[in-house]
Amino acid sequence: MQVTMNVNGEEVSREIEGRLLLVHFLRDHLRLTGTHWGCDTSNCGTCVVWLDGEPVKSCTVLAAMAGGHEVRTVEGMEQDGELDAVQKGFVECHGLQCGFCTPGMMMTARALLDRNPDPSEQEIREAISGQICRCTGYATIVRSIRWAAAEEAGTRTTATEASTS
Amino acid sequence: MTTTVPADGHRTAFVDNDQKPCGHGRMLRKEDPRFVRGKGRYVDDLQLPGMLHLAILRSPLAHARLLSVDTSLAEAHPKVRLVVTGAMLAEKGLAWMPTLSGDVQAVLATDKVRFQGQEVAFVVAEDRYAARDALELIDVEYEPLDPVIDVRTALAPDAPVIRDDLEGKQDNHCFDWETGDAAETDAVFARADVVVKEDIVYPRVHPAPMETCGAVADYDAVDGKLTLWSTTQAPHAHRTLYAIVAGLPEHKIRVVSPDIGGGFGNKVPIYPGYVCAIVGSLLTGKPVKWMEDRSENLITTGFARDYIMRGEIAATREGKILAVRTHVLADHGAFNGTAAPVKYPAGFFGVFTGSYDIEAAYCKMTAAYTNKAPGGVAYACSFRITEAVYLIERIVDCLAYELGVDPVELRMKNLIRPEQFPYRTKTGWVYDSGNYAPTMELATQLAGYAELRAEQAEKRVRGELMGIGVSFFTEAVGAGPRKDMDILGLGMADGCELRVHPTGKAVVRLSVQSQGQGHETTFAQIVAEELGIPPQDIEVVHGDTDQTPFGLGTYGSRSTPVSGAAAALVARKVRDKARLIASSMLEVSVADLEWEKGSFRVAGDPKASVTIQDIAMRAHGAGDLPDGVEGGLEAQICYNPENLTYPHGAYICVVDIDPGTAKVTVRRFVAVDDCGTRINPMIIEGQVHGGLTDGVGMALMEMIAFDEDGNCLSGSLMDYLIPTSLEVPDWETGFTVTPSPHHPIGAKGVGESATVGSPPAIVNAVVDALKPFGVRHADMPLTPSRVWEAMQGRPTPPI
Repeated sequence: MQVTMNVNGEEVSREIEGRLLLVHFLRDHLRLTGTHWGCDTSNCGTCVVWLDGEPVKSCTVLAAMAGGHEVRTVEGMEQDGELDAVQKGFVECHGLQCGFCTPGMMMTARALLDRNPDPSEQEIREAISGQICRCTGYATIVRSIRWAAAEEAGTRTTATEASTS
Repeated sequence: MTTTVPADGHRTAFVDNDQKPCGHGRMLRKEDPRFVRGKGRYVDDLQLPGMLHLAILRSPLAHARLLSVDTSLAEAHPKVRLVVTGAMLAEKGLAWMPTLSGDVQAVLATDKVRFQGQEVAFVVAEDRYAARDALELIDVEYEPLDPVIDVRTALAPDAPVIRDDLEGKQDNHCFDWETGDAAETDAVFARADVVVKEDIVYPRVHPAPMETCGAVADYDAVDGKLTLWSTTQAPHAHRTLYAIVAGLPEHKIRVVSPDIGGGFGNKVPIYPGYVCAIVGSLLTGKPVKWMEDRSENLITTGFARDYIMRGEIAATREGKILAVRTHVLADHGAFNGTAAPVKYPAGFFGVFTGSYDIEAAYCKMTAAYTNKAPGGVAYACSFRITEAVYLIERIVDCLAYELGVDPVELRMKNLIRPEQFPYRTKTGWVYDSGNYAPTMELATQLAGYAELRAEQAEKRVRGELMGIGVSFFTEAVGAGPRKDMDILGLGMADGCELRVHPTGKAVVRLSVQSQGQGHETTFAQIVAEELGIPPQDIEVVHGDTDQTPFGLGTYGSRSTPVSGAAAALVARKVRDKARLIASSMLEVSVADLEWEKGSFRVAGDPKASVTIQDIAMRAHGAGDLPDGVEGGLEAQICYNPENLTYPHGAYICVVDIDPGTAKVTVRRFVAVDDCGTRINPMIIEGQVHGGLTDGVGMALMEMIAFDEDGNCLSGSLMDYLIPTSLEVPDWETGFTVTPSPHHPIGAKGVGESATVGSPPAIVNAVVDALKPFGVRHADMPLTPSRVWEAMQGRPTPPI
């Protein structure tokens, strides 16, 4: 079957099998390998992408179901050569080690900050609780997301002061 | 918790920020810019022209005779290019392969299947879905045999023999091992005031890295070269084994370990799937990708632990620990797939005497085969030190319980004193350095230990269940001295090459490889510290056998102790050569030169100096060099560690238990680690955080369980529970620094410290909370149902 969707702002159209998972469509057909495949059971969240602005686990969405919709992946986070605040936060606060869960974590974090620009630690922990990181122990991921929130709010005190002085 | 953020860090390239130290210190990671863009390069990201996909048919039964395998329908599938069975491999002499511990393991079953999930056949097809479809078309006839699941009965005389492939094998005995002095230990136990005995189970768990195992094999028939991209923590060791197994000449094999999505020991062994991918490529002439799914990862690849331990401790009435004795029954699964130095079949379990100055110790271990997946050394265990530390730290708490003394006080009374280092343990290990008491004191101070005990006393009056758990660990990491340590005859030394280019930029080539530990940053910092070349001017090359010197890979926290030493020493070698060149450039004798990070200057004349960059250009330039000095500025080394390094730490955990549901919540966790010289504190903290989370997983949630037929009950992440952000607290960390005396920069390993040290702290906290119920011990995983059983006075072992 033919499927057409908008991925990171670009219209893509491919002939696919009806059973093809969105994660494999993105990785194998579009070669957007930033979205990962980790468990098959919607537990690990390494495959999280946005479908019409909502984070979904692309290992349990058929590519066909995304037809006519907008998909955004980690490759679409950087805009005009500028990293998203969430991406910067993960680098600044050591929010990643092996990097495998990172794209999914960042997509969820971005969605959280879009609806709640000033989340508490507990709100962040709840937002990412459908995803597993085996390396970081989550504390630095929480810090990364708070860093991004502060960056966007212009309240990132230490750095803001330093950079404007 | 660190709340400051680097100033203006994001404005420029991430590695070029204000926090950059030219050497040791907090530096953002050089590898992160690709990872946050989704540009990591993992094995499954590879797509080669004409690449085919491989899927493996696995046994549904734990123990059965293989009667027939009919592949005709699968072969007829329009997208299938190849179907291979064990019988076909046997014709080529490839049906069996050596394991890292000198046993053999079936690549594809020929005679019997010996665990659920064992490899029976494989299919190579045009896409990954078609390959899976074709597995359904293979018809296998099995004759079920009685499985051996409980290791306690595996050695019974009437137990079915699992390994009848081994000539003359008539039982399920795998190996016996002992350490320490039995008679001396018995004598000390006989005269001790107090003896405490406890049966302690460390259940089977699984590292479950987020990226499963896989490979892409690409055999070029024209030049006879095999390239294998694979999820391996030990590319060089794997290359040598492939040369031996497949009979390919070693120089015609290139193993590439690209970005790896977590390892934790899961990616040390060679799995049948890798060999199948190689065979698939050899037979089809095409690149072949094999990527296991999560269930395959959990059910068939390297598990960890599975030790049943009887721990005994002898002490005086006043709480002086005199001796420790243990008997261990080890479940090794169907094949002995343990990855440990040859002379250490039980890994480094011999450090079970822990951090205490005692008079005698003895361990007797028996390992058995069962109808379960092979493995054993994995999950950041530091070659079984996880089990050893758990045993001693649990049994010391049992002693504290019996003596009615505080567990911190009991530990402080018995810790090895600083003046006793280097300290030779009763089982023969020489701890290189340590200053234990300040580490314990810092942990109690950070935790507010006295206040916590006061709070607990108040809560107990009200019937609330709060527990405080303590552990103190010493690890032995950085295998290892080649006189003692090898894997299948390969010495555990590591190579390193350093080249400084004419413009003063450098490339350092390592034999170890990163699975997330940040080697591209840490190793650049090590060289930067020695040479004064900024770390962002140093490219770290790793994970490719064609590009790097030989070495045994990353596991057992060995990268910094072994390869980190190699990197420092190779840089010093370059510096020695640079000194000769500098002396001719400055026209003074070598003795008149002083090194200040990044430049040589003439003593007493601060204006006369040359930088390492100046020297690099001269080394490659047309001008004269001193007599006997060759052009170029590079060196190589193979570092053979003199001893292991012995990091230590003190951990304190606070838990609350809901008396209604028996659910355990880890409220606080304080970890004080001493890993000697600290290269990048940010990365160290990250390593510790990850290990602490592993500890919560093992202590409270994770277990690979089986039913009586050998069906794995933990074959998905719905069944094998890993901590999420909601199960762990915000970690509180601290550190002390006791450098290693024999490591060139004084560093020790830290990658596994927290995985080793945290489970006993958490279990000790839970047991402490259950003290009002008279509970002295309860086994992991302390799930609500198991804690509830303990509260009813009947804590049962998990297996």
